[in-house]
Amino acid sequence: MSAVFSLTMVAETLRISAPYACAAAGGVWAERSGVIQIGLEGVLLTSAFTSVAVAHATGSAALGVVAGVIAGAAISVGHGLLVEKARVDAVVSGIALNLSAMAGTRLALRGLYGSASNSPAIEGFRFGPTGSAGWSLLARVFADPVTLLAIAAVVATPFVLARTRLGLRVRAAGENPVAAAAVGVDVTRVRLSALAISGAVCALGGVHLAFDQHRFESGMSNGRGFIALAAVVVSGWRAGRAAMACLAFGALEALQIVLQDQARKGSLGDLVQLLPYVATLLVLAFAAGRSAAPKGLGKPAEE
Amino acid sequence: MAASGSPGRLRVATGIVVAAAIATTLLPARGDEAGGKGANAGVRIGLVFDVGGRGDKSFNDAAWEGISRAARELGVTTEILEPSGAEDREAAMRLFGARGFDLVFGVGFIFSTDVNVVARAFPATRFACIDYSPPMVGEIPPNVSGLTFREEEGSFLVGAVAGLLSKTKHVGFVGGMDIPLIHKFEAGYRAGALEVCPTCEVHVAYAGTTPDAFRDPVKGKALAVSQITAGADVLYHASGTTGHGVFEAAHDMGAKAIGVDSDQYDEMPGTVATSMIKRGDVAVFDTVKSVLEGHFRGGLASFGLAEDAVGYVSEGPHGSAIPADVKARVAALRERVVQKEIRIPVK
Repeated sequence: MSAVFSLTMVAETLRISAPYACAAAGGVWAERSGVIQIGLEGVLLTSAFTSVAVAHATGSAALGVVAGVIAGAAISVGHGLLVEKARVDAVVSGIALNLSAMAGTRLALRGLYGSASNSPAIEGFRFGPTGSAGWSLLARVFADPVTLLAIAAVVATPFVLARTRLGLRVRAAGENPVAAAAVGVDVTRVRLSALAISGAVCALGGVHLAFDQHRFESGMSNGRGFIALAAVVVSGWRAGRAAMACLAFGALEALQIVLQDQARKGSLGDLVQLLPYVATLLVLAFAAGRSAAPKGLGKPAEE
Repeated sequence: MAASGSPGRLRVATGIVVAAAIATTLLPARGDEAGGKGANAGVRIGLVFDVGGRGDKSFNDAAWEGISRAARELGVTTEILEPSGAEDREAAMRLFGARGFDLVFGVGFIFSTDVNVVARAFPATRFACIDYSPPMVGEIPPNVSGLTFREEEGSFLVGAVAGLLSKTKHVGFVGGMDIPLIHKFEAGYRAGALEVCPTCEVHVAYAGTTPDAFRDPVKGKALAVSQITAGADVLYHASGTTGHGVFEAAHDMGAKAIGVDSDQYDEMPGTVATSMIKRGDVAVFDTVKSVLEGHFRGGLASFGLAEDAVGYVSEGPHGSAIPADVKARVAALRERVVQKEIRIPVK
């Protein structure tokens, strides 16, 4: 049991949760403004790849982070333009975003590095003490600039949405775009701003994925964008709850891993591996019906 | 309604987006001619990779190396296809079959079912599948050679290395997908570690139960962190790119790691002590040769230590982390396996 309640467990939970939590916060930003965003997976992949490519080319980890965030914001705004200006169905645009990100990063991997599976290693950040003690793992988590940025973005999201003028406008655009427009809010502009923030926050998750491994690997987001999307829906589009859901999912995954080693000695290994997914299903079952989507979600800015 | 929202434009824009998305998924498809001016230029050999296989700097590239060597040294004509989507695997093999190729390879266990189907449709063409897993029901078609490796033998050797290198008497194994193919690695490794260190504890974890388990380095790192925290100081992985997470964890936490399939030293120099090597190139080259010499046979063909098709990195700078006495001990074990004095479990 000491393996379950330990600093190692805390450190691993934070590390595993970070990409989920960033993507979920990004999802809340987009959808609270009224734009359906199922392309979080694509944003994760694109930003992960861009951060590594730029860090590798320039030798600067910081530039890599900045480039990853810009790339995430850019394709997220691209999605917004397609949906808001060209009136492409948001689900179609989101699928297109995911598919292009998947194939595009693979193509770029091949073009730039001649590999189908991974980029060369980057320096990235390696701060904090080495060693296998729990406190040193936790120290490494809190010494990692990307993790700190991710935590800051996830924590700031509910406050900015609830307490600032920008947050109010975003929520107004998402709840009732017609009324918002009537009182002088430029709904399209507000939505595009929200999507830029959405992409940037989600991108921190992608950068975290890549910098955690110090390289990019084809398809390394591995469905995390979709699990984050589920967290957004389950939490009723509330940023704080979505972050908690992601933290809980990360904790369950970390727990599953610790228990697997114990359970393998018996015959429970397979069952333990199902833990995070069973938990997700249970949460979904109990939360169903209580989710309150923004009323203007998917509605165009003007009638 | 504003002009920008007219249904016509909507449809056009949606159409463009869908077309663009579909187009990008088709992009990486391509075919290569690897050679064909030699003595046996009339003998045509095709090779089909799995999606994203080519360029993995590991198992798939080893198969490519084998067929390139066949083109170079045996003078056969070779052609390579890489499908862009999973559903095109069978189509790619059919393409070679329909063109009357002499021998067609599928690289990876994922081709096992496709190869049986296609081989029945083209009885005049011979097929070979690397890492073949035989069908649950029915027989292997007579023109299919299922190439399998005795990974447990190579894993046995690196298990012995791990057992001898470990100071904590705890060693770890991280598997990718929880399937019999990977259980062979685990069983051999465990047997090897316990052979030289009967009191050692072997920690085992798998990344998942779907093919995605072979490409989740975040999970790999978490599994390795857990094992190192439990005391393991040497970790072996058989988990594709998930294993990179194992190397990351071992590096950060001061443990040693053992690579798989090919020499993975360059993934994390100083941390990767050695690698279990699977010589896909040997299997491919030998099969091409068997066709030329007229003794190609259907059924299962097994490659192991005796054929020099599995082994571990012990020579050169990449094997320098292993002390000489460990190498000598493992070499003696290898000999006993080749002489069949040691039976290695596969599960």
